Amino acid sequence: MQPVLNPESRNTDYVFLSRWAVSDYEVRRGEIISLVSPKDPNQKIIKRVIALAGDVVNTLGYQNQYVKVPEGHCWVEGDHTGHTLDSNTFGPVSLGLVNAKAVCIVWPPDRWQNLEATLPENRKPLSVSI
Amino acid sequence: MSLRHIFGNSGELFRFVLQTACITHCTWEFVGDFVMCSGPSMEPTLQTNNILMTEHITPRFQRLCKGDIVIAKCPRNPKQYVCKRITGLPGDKVRGHFPGRSQVVPKGHVWLEGDNTNNSADSRVYGPVPQGLVRSRVVCRIWPLNKISSLSE
Repeated sequence: MQPVLNPESRNTDYVFLSRWAVSDYEVRRGEIISLVSPKDPNQKIIKRVIALAGDVVNTLGYQNQYVKVPEGHCWVEGDHTGHTLDSNTFGPVSLGLVNAKAVCIVWPPDRWQNLEATLPENRKPLSVSI
Repeated sequence: MSLRHIFGNSGELFRFVLQTACITHCTWEFVGDFVMCSGPSMEPTLQTNNILMTEHITPRFQRLCKGDIVIAKCPRNPKQYVCKRITGLPGDKVRGHFPGRSQVVPKGHVWLEGDNTNNSADSRVYGPVPQGLVRSRVVCRIWPLNKISSLSE
């Protein structure tokens, strides 16, 4: 998730995860969420939501160039394109795997900040469902 | 009765309620719970309004086996739970979406199918299900009373 989290690889950021924010499974584009990895149920990963159900995304190296995100799923990507294991590898993920939303960085103190929901300019979905 | 007496009692009551709530929550979340199932997809094994006892330990440690009946979140709608039988583990070959084409279950996923093959929306519709969505494994049926039976192998 560089550069938003862990901008320098040697020290790690601690984030506050809010379970309440996703208790009704309503995530928005650009939010940073934590979810159970679809490949390994013991692993938790933290990614940015790029697209929601019904959106069409231009993928980077997935089996199809363009993917329409199915119902009840979302498309997640790490910010550090090319150095991340995300939906471009395992495809759209079910919202049932989402367990929290990252709200702010709490440690180290000089990095205290809220995490804004922003989409990288070049990773916006091609078409957005209403 | 003095004021102190009443407050002392209510404090004790509060502590008891809190303790009970915590223990109940942890048991239901980590050990096991009861589920009432509805719908035709698992007939004839399970009928609508059967009550099942489930445990959460096997899915947590990934000890699921082929043939287990599990409760999982529906991949298409996370607010809904489904009750299906595991018919494929990672690496197994299963009949895929399209008739006559088989596919391999990917790592970290399971293949779920209802016993009522003709009337069941399962992995044949939505593909392999991530193990992270599996919530619990069905142990036995406890209701109706004349059909109490173990459902695990």
